[in-house]
Amino acid sequence: MVPAGTVVHVDAEPEEAQRLATEARDRVRFEEDALALSDQVYRVARHLANSREDADELMQETYARAFRSWRSFQPGTNMRAWLLRILTNLNIDRGRRQQRAPQMQPLEANDYFLYDRLAENGDGITDEDRVVERLSQDDIVTALSAVPHDFRDVVVLVDLGDFSYADAAQILDIPVGTVMSRLHRGRRILKRELAESALEEAT
Amino acid sequence: MKDPCAHCEEMMQPYLDHVLTDEEMAAAEAHLADCEPCRRRYRFEESLRVYVRKAATEQMPAELRQKLAALRIPLE
Repeated sequence: MVPAGTVVHVDAEPEEAQRLATEARDRVRFEEDALALSDQVYRVARHLANSREDADELMQETYARAFRSWRSFQPGTNMRAWLLRILTNLNIDRGRRQQRAPQMQPLEANDYFLYDRLAENGDGITDEDRVVERLSQDDIVTALSAVPHDFRDVVVLVDLGDFSYADAAQILDIPVGTVMSRLHRGRRILKRELAESALEEAT
Repeated sequence: MKDPCAHCEEMMQPYLDHVLTDEEMAAAEAHLADCEPCRRRYRFEESLRVYVRKAATEQMPAELRQKLAALRIPLE
């Protein structure tokens, strides 16, 4: 008779040891896989966050949480999307968003607005591939950060992170139709911002 | 009938995202083959996307990489 609370070692040990060894191996593999994705996660995180400092903190919080809750990751599913789901949730929890509901935006003109604006300022466009070079890297980064979060999240996930509409919908927990409409508007807002900075430089 | 260039503009985002149906894709391509201004604008949009992605890509700082690796839970 074994008193309650006594840990029985003798018979359970080999099985338990085996289980622990398997778990340790799975966990190490999970951590290695997650770390191998960190460059790709950062590329997206950098622009979901408002600054490099925010992105840095957000990455550390995300990985700390991922390592703690590694058991909830289903092997064989998209780990990059899983990590970004954690990251976007943390980003919202931290109150980095000014507001969750899409805010009123001034009319963002049409899809050709930026092209037309750049074409007006140039001496006529002869090569479309070179027109974009009238925008600086700073212009792009600043314009992206000026896009309101709800729209920016989708643009960043799809256009910088190469996620499908469906993956972006799952990461942000919104319907695919919402992803599509926010993506469309977000890209227009981005172009409006770019047109404004291009115009400022021209004057 | 709707202005074909206005319709073409509406199709641009889904066209470049490869989410049009075959029929819509064929209609867009037929218009693009005949309309140079729309063709130029599509080409601009495509290079803009590539350029934005390139301009926005920042390397992860080396210190952050080390900090992340240090967050691993030690084996007991």
